[in-house]
Amino acid sequence: MTGGRVAGRILALALACVAAPAFGDSALPAAKYANEQLADPAQEAAAKDLMLTLRCIVCQGQSIADSDAELAADMRALVRTRIAAGESPESIRQWLIDRYGRWVTYEPPVDALTAPLWLAPLLLLGIGAWLARGRFKRKRRAQ
Amino acid sequence: MKRPWLVWLPLAGFVALFAIFAAGLIAPADRTIESKLVGQPVPAFDLPPGAPGRDGFSSTMLASGEPRLLNVFASWCVPCIAEAPVLMELKRRGVKIDAIAIRDRPEDVAAFLARNGDPYQRIGSDTASRVQLAMGSSGVPETFVIDGQGIIRHQHIGDIRPENVPEILAKLEEARR
Repeated sequence: MTGGRVAGRILALALACVAAPAFGDSALPAAKYANEQLADPAQEAAAKDLMLTLRCIVCQGQSIADSDAELAADMRALVRTRIAAGESPESIRQWLIDRYGRWVTYEPPVDALTAPLWLAPLLLLGIGAWLARGRFKRKRRAQ
Repeated sequence: MKRPWLVWLPLAGFVALFAIFAAGLIAPADRTIESKLVGQPVPAFDLPPGAPGRDGFSSTMLASGEPRLLNVFASWCVPCIAEAPVLMELKRRGVKIDAIAIRDRPEDVAAFLARNGDPYQRIGSDTASRVQLAMGSSGVPETFVIDGQGIIRHQHIGDIRPENVPEILAKLEEARR
């Protein structure tokens, strides 16, 4: 690679860094409590626990505690404001489930639909134990 | 103990897994998040004006006796620019449209409307996405069909394109009943 091409690439990279993304974010600063902890440590701990188990609606693999999306920031602000107002974490979770479906929580409640999630591991462990038992028996017989 | 078919079990397992992954890659799951509030009243809100010189916008104004559209948009949202002419066309056809501007400044909204047209009767300003979250909306733009009693009857996710106009008009007509 010639020096000129290297310089060209560096320039292109520098330009890419300053270019504004097409699907830009808003011009408003983050809401209060989006990135600011609550003064009461117990309340902040409760809010943090809840935020870790709520799914960001924009960047769908992340919790709202981890996401940099603006909507996630607004959801954190919502959680902290409501916790500060004395609302229980489970009631906030239910409020979001009522709007976005159970999908929004990383802690699905146990019911007919989610039961396989909880039962399948037990079932698989049982099958594993049964298989292993058969193996051990056969070995003993061979000896 | 002879079970010759057991030899094929790993291959069968592989084929099954391969089919599952291939299906997921060829037709990825739909990641659209629909609001669960369709069929329920619009959550109560009372928003300050979204553009200079306009009135504020509260949920009580939606129960106006005739169906209308509630458009969730923002001046910083690119698909909203594409949607603007379609909303103008709906307005031309007599559709009443209200709006909630998400995380926006009134002066930016005014500039957006001056550039792309103003189809809105009312605009509320939702600076922390509170009403958006209360509506179960997951982004901009989104449009809700609200009936005359203030009940959400339909949600359109993403920008309304010219080909969506008949569907929107049909949903408005349905909401009239």
